[in-house]
Amino acid sequence: MKITVTDVEHVARLARLELSEQDKTLFAGQMDAILGYVEKLKEIDTDGILPTSHAVPMENSFRADLMCPSIGTDKALQNAPDRAETFFRVPKVIE
Amino acid sequence: MELFDLTIHELHELFASKKVSSLEATKSLLARIDTTDPKINAYITVAGEKALADAVAADQLIAKGAAGTLTGIPLALKDIFLTEGIRTTCASRILNNFIPPYSATTYEKLKEQGIVLLGKLNQDEFAMGSSNESSAFGPTRNPWDTSCIPGGSSGGSAAAVAARLATATLGTDTGGSIRQPASHCSCVGLKPTYGRVSRYGVIAYASSLDQVGPMTRDVTDCAIMLNAIAGHDPKDSTSVNTPVPDYTAALTGSVKGLKIGLPKEYYIDGLDADVQSAMNQAIETYKKLGAEFVDISLPHTDYAVATYYLIATAEASSNLARYEGVRFGHRTEQAEGLIDMMTKSRSEGFGAEVKRRIMLGTYALSSGYYDAYYVKAQKVRTLIMRDFIQAFNDVDMILTPVAPTPAFKIGEKINDPLQMYLSDIFTIPANLAGTCAMSIPAGFSGSGLPIGLQLIGKPFGEDSILRAAHAFEQATEWHKRTAQI
Repeated sequence: MKITVTDVEHVARLARLELSEQDKTLFAGQMDAILGYVEKLKEIDTDGILPTSHAVPMENSFRADLMCPSIGTDKALQNAPDRAETFFRVPKVIE
Repeated sequence: MELFDLTIHELHELFASKKVSSLEATKSLLARIDTTDPKINAYITVAGEKALADAVAADQLIAKGAAGTLTGIPLALKDIFLTEGIRTTCASRILNNFIPPYSATTYEKLKEQGIVLLGKLNQDEFAMGSSNESSAFGPTRNPWDTSCIPGGSSGGSAAAVAARLATATLGTDTGGSIRQPASHCSCVGLKPTYGRVSRYGVIAYASSLDQVGPMTRDVTDCAIMLNAIAGHDPKDSTSVNTPVPDYTAALTGSVKGLKIGLPKEYYIDGLDADVQSAMNQAIETYKKLGAEFVDISLPHTDYAVATYYLIATAEASSNLARYEGVRFGHRTEQAEGLIDMMTKSRSEGFGAEVKRRIMLGTYALSSGYYDAYYVKAQKVRTLIMRDFIQAFNDVDMILTPVAPTPAFKIGEKINDPLQMYLSDIFTIPANLAGTCAMSIPAGFSGSGLPIGLQLIGKPFGEDSILRAAHAFEQATEWHKRTAQI
């Protein structure tokens, strides 16, 4: 199955990326080659094999439910491109 | 011998005997960075003022007799480590002016030891790459041949050690990003077992694979650094709560009777002749030291690259969703609404390789493809882990090449991403299995380019591979050769 420019546009939209027409074609070709390569995983029988999401055997790591100091509003807003009082300001949502 | 040529342990001796001060050592390195880094481009940010202040503070600790092994040692960190108050870019335009409001735990731990921070090092953008060519701050050059790549993604870290622009550095390794540049630059690079070192404050690429590790001139320095950074961190719920041994105590053992596995899948016909020859020589050296070799098989090796490029890109697509111009980082000038602002900010801020991997990951996780790609890859990961568990029943550690060839030329593979990905074949499996692995200098190619060997150890077996690495280093001279730059 070939990756088309339409596929690239769909995935880019999901990832909140926009690409030039040239890049769309370039990425379609590159993604096609890479996804073609990963098809080789189909050669392996994985029936009954559980997926690994975590390399080291661990249980849930909890801490005591106690209030701890957090980073604070000023530090949190330090790098804000646009700030209003204690808020990050952004353009409004346009539907 | 200049001060910038010395190892951590050599400098420490001089500090302890009051022959040299941290300030003198720091000035020596800062001067060298000034004259030599323009040829290498290892640094993104040089923290000159801070380094001098750190050195003065360290000298006070040394004078009081309150110094440790790392006190006053001038180090640099890959620009993926958050350093409070010091610009941290991850080699990306999207974080071009980001000043972190907090520091990585590993940097805090080093600060507690009284180290001197020289600056932040160049890398592939968001740790995605094997050549340091995808940095928004230009490529880093290999100190052994400046027309060649230093490796990646911790290219700046490796080049800084090799060119004596820092006494030692920290890198990160997700698919080989410490070991491969260490091999290409002739330094020591260790990727600890997943969970051995805290990832708090380390900009995330693939959270089930990322690990922090030292990059140093020799194995002793590597053990010293690992001692300082290893250990449980309540701020990293994936860090493991098991005791940290004294890794420097592991360096005085012998390798007699050590069983080393040679996986047939790694010694392929297409292996570069110089790499094959270096490996053969290394095997002979280990035999003379009393180690025994066992032929083993890691049958799913051939599927590791495919598995990695699905899992890592999927995790990256999620981790990099946070860069949207809202709370920090680059925000576009003109936008029509929130979604457009996010889309434009990301598209302007991310480089091509990052976009490519985000898209691959998004595709692999998207509706209709999730089971066929992402879940399938996670199942193959289980099989790859089993290969290692089985092998470690028969051997103590595994010896392999690090890279199929020595460092290639800058620009050589940049237009063929798949070719670039395939060169990670020997390093990726240890990340998927979560176990520890290191690269040490093992020779040079006909054209003078470094070749490293890889030791893959059992989970939490860093002491064993350090012992074996140290024994090899004592028996060879590779680590004494320095780049003429």
